Amino acid sequence: MTEQAGTSGGDATVSITACPNGPLLVRGRFEILAPAGEVIPSRRKTVALCRCGISTLKPFCDGSHKAVGFTTEPEAPTGQPA
Amino acid sequence: MKLPGDRGPVSSALGALLTNPEPAAEPDLIRILRDTAARAIRDTDDILLDEDLQSALYAAYELRYGGLTGVDDAWEWNADVLALCAAIESRFEQALRDRVPMPPLPAPGVDTVAAALFELTGADTGPSVSRYLAKKATDEQAREFLIHRSVYQLKEADPHSWAIPRLRGRAKAALVEIQADEYGGGRLAHMHSELFARTMRGLGLDDTPGGYVDMVPAIVLASSNMMTMFGTQRRLRGAIAGHLAAFEMTSSLPNRQYGNGFRRLGYDQSVTFYFDEHVEADAVHEQIAARDLAGGLTEDEPGLVEDVVFGASACLFVDSLAGAALLTAWTAGESALRGGTLEPTVALEPAGALS
Ligand code: FES
Repeated sequence: MTEQAGTSGGDATVSITACPNGPLLVRGRFEILAPAGEVIPSRRKTVALCRCGISTLKPFCDGSHKAVGFTTEPEAPTGQPA
Repeated sequence: MKLPGDRGPVSSALGALLTNPEPAAEPDLIRILRDTAARAIRDTDDILLDEDLQSALYAAYELRYGGLTGVDDAWEWNADVLALCAAIESRFEQALRDRVPMPPLPAPGVDTVAAALFELTGADTGPSVSRYLAKKATDEQAREFLIHRSVYQLKEADPHSWAIPRLRGRAKAALVEIQADEYGGGRLAHMHSELFARTMRGLGLDDTPGGYVDMVPAIVLASSNMMTMFGTQRRLRGAIAGHLAAFEMTSSLPNRQYGNGFRRLGYDQSVTFYFDEHVEADAVHEQIAARDLAGGLTEDEPGLVEDVVFGASACLFVDSLAGAALLTAWTAGESALRGGTLEPTVALEPAGALS
């Protein structure tokens, strides 16, 4: 079976999908840590991490990247490292 | 929910049939329903705003969800009720096909379809309910807003769940991932419909499903009916996928404004959590919906590109009409509810208010 970034399930592997002009979608078993090492609680299994820097919910995306026209050119990698 | 009240001859005839205790009277009631419906569907000026037809369709559809109080569940699959739905749907779908603006179609595929949907949903569609809520709405208007939204939000996610067994592969996995989160990931208290009910209670509103259906205008019922129509017909699976994508893609930013509006009015987290939760959740869902669900579906079934875009554009079109119904009434200093203001039987003490 082809590994699709968007649909690979299972808790063993963490997958990170780089969404064009948007956040990083993270699936799998992961912990997000604050600088001092404490776990930042997440309310859902799949999270979107801000990479535009504008979100008011950092480290999570709040959709603001669309309002500021954030782009990720050149095209984000879709599986193979560039 | 309770049977919606009559809004005209068709909803009245349907109510009479569904609550008829006398089997001998049934053939006559069926004939009356069929005749009134045929006439109303032929003569309607605008089916999206037709109080009688949208209300009848909403009541008939409710048999597929939580059911109608005092009505036998067997009516769900009754041939005459299904024929009524099909007749209204045919005119309803045609009206949408005629009027929903269609942008140039992208090539099938994840990147092309997602890009087209982000462009479509990113276009500014004028006056916005979320900005009004954030800046200007009164407590009464905030309550009216919740009443309008409650028609769908108290069964949030259900109309799109119909699509799960109609999809396969990547699109199906994506839809299930989104819906699981909508239903709280297995935690009842996090189910989005439950969160919305809590918000309603925080403003002293009744959270009984369908409790306010009689107070909302046809276009609000049409918005919900459209989802059920798309969701319950396999042939429209592209449209329901596109609808969900557009819905999720126009959710994060408005929900932040809604949350700010309720905070401005003095409500605490028990009321605003629903909106705050959607800011974060829908920033995730929109990516999955645009790429894996809508885009993935067109990769699997390239012939569905047009319906995916149609469903997305129909979501924006109908929801902007529903939003306009609120804003037009409010800016004229009027109530956006049918029959004017809230019934005094509703407890009006805002439980979550700080002031
Ligand atoms: S990437 Fe979405 S807000 Fe920054």
